[in-house]
Amino acid sequence: MEISCKDPVILNQWHPVSSLDVLTMDTVENTILLESKISFQLNSKEEVTAWLSLDDEKTLLPTRISYGFIWVSLGNPPKDLFLFPEFSESDRQNVATGVFGVNVSAGRTVENFLDMGHFPYVHSGILGEEPHTEVKEYDVEISEERDEVLATSCKFYQPQAAVNSNEGMDVDYIYRVPHINCALLYKTSPVDDARLDVIIIFVQPMGEEWVRAHTGMCLIDDESTAEQIRQFQQTIFGQDKPILENQYPKQLPLDSRIETPIRADKSAIAYRRWLSQKGLQYGVIPSAI
Amino acid sequence: MIELYDYELSGNCYKIRLMLSFLKLDYVSKKVEFHPGKEHKSEKFLEINPLGQLPVLSDTNLVLRDAQAILVYLARKYDKKNIWCPIDDPEKLGLIAQWLSFGDLITGSSSAARLHDTLFYTEFDIGECRERAHAQFRILDEHLFFQEQLNQSWICDGEKPTIADIACFPYIALSEEGGISRMSYPAIRRWMDRFKRIDGFIVMPGVFPAGPRSF
Ligand SMILES: N[C@@H](CCC(=O)N[C@@H](CS)C(=O)NCC(=O)O)C(=O)O
Ligand SMILES: [Fe+2]
Repeated sequence: MEISCKDPVILNQWHPVSSLDVLTMDTVENTILLESKISFQLNSKEEVTAWLSLDDEKTLLPTRISYGFIWVSLGNPPKDLFLFPEFSESDRQNVATGVFGVNVSAGRTVENFLDMGHFPYVHSGILGEEPHTEVKEYDVEISEERDEVLATSCKFYQPQAAVNSNEGMDVDYIYRVPHINCALLYKTSPVDDARLDVIIIFVQPMGEEWVRAHTGMCLIDDESTAEQIRQFQQTIFGQDKPILENQYPKQLPLDSRIETPIRADKSAIAYRRWLSQKGLQYGVIPSAI
Repeated sequence: MIELYDYELSGNCYKIRLMLSFLKLDYVSKKVEFHPGKEHKSEKFLEINPLGQLPVLSDTNLVLRDAQAILVYLARKYDKKNIWCPIDDPEKLGLIAQWLSFGDLITGSSSAARLHDTLFYTEFDIGECRERAHAQFRILDEHLFFQEQLNQSWICDGEKPTIADIACFPYIALSEEGGISRMSYPAIRRWMDRFKRIDGFIVMPGVFPAGPRSF
């Protein structure tokens, strides 16, 4: 079976293909990963099998179940996936908030997720509000040890930070990008200001300019129903979608000089540099050296 | 009390939210989780609408499905000024009904393309959906162009917009989510801009407010 994608950097990753909550045991599901049709099936709560749909031999692909999602690789994936310890904290509510197809590259999707500057305009009245439009200074590092991009000390005023907020508040943010197509956002919980809610976006590249964006939340909130949480997140993501689809070029330029520094802010620059260091080619416009 | 069985990302539900906002009516939004819950196909919802479709409106003893039917009802019942759906002129009423039905045709093309690209309704033939949408957009673009030549701003003649404009707006405004560009339809783009400036206009995810006036 021929796989059309040839970029080893992306082939050797774990890729999210479905949240567990929507799957029925022993039912074959089909999806697309890096332009290849794949099929998978949940055999038990701990075991899943996956194969290239057009492969008569049905050679099994590497799979794993982590953080409420099925992950598949078309190459030789690392032994471990990034760490996400909050997922297993017993007092948290983990909700998969839905998967959406977007006509854009994975890199653009992750980058938009890191950008606080769009809150007051795109999520007006919820995650931001004029005149509170300033993105205050924050710190970004590429952690060698954890191999991830980390943005800390981010602050933003939000009229409705989460489904259970009843007033505007200054929210602290931390962003983690521990995987080329996955990002986690940690923000002050409206019920306990010593702890952080987590919002995740795990992107499945179907093609270079077409993705499935899997979204989810890991919240300290035992009052909102899963359905209310999903609704909130769908509103937010529905607002982001047209912004993403109007990005030009649709693939992510890794040379930050191609775009103005306002759009490509500090965390975006670090993210692009990190992808560049990894030598990623798929879905990006590599920087000329 | 008016109740709307409602899903935030649905363009057909948005038609009704627009009408309710234009008429400044209070209502209760009863959320039905279309995605990922498929609640519109649940047994409980099929009792409300056996077609398993949103929106549905309930008002005192009436339960009404189909966005266009609901627009007619709300306009006739609550629009005291008789603007959104005038019935004194049979020709105009006929034309309104014609474009209401056109609005539903756009659901079958542009909305289907959006469901394919966004929510993975892979049973739709995406190329064919987009082609049909373009054919429909061309018809509307031409119609609106000739309306403008006659100093008419809306789909049906008259000073004010009608429910025909409401029925056509959402899935045109959301078309790019189904990969259908509006680049070649300048009269549609101007009409959308006028529509967004109607008093009481509201947005939904994927639809933006009017930009600053360009002159
Ligand atoms: N003619 C109906 C069409 C409504 C429709 O297509 N609704 C969508 C949501 S936007 C739906 O519920 N689709 C499910 C289905 O058709 O099975 C109307 O105008 O209300
Ligand atoms: Fe956003």
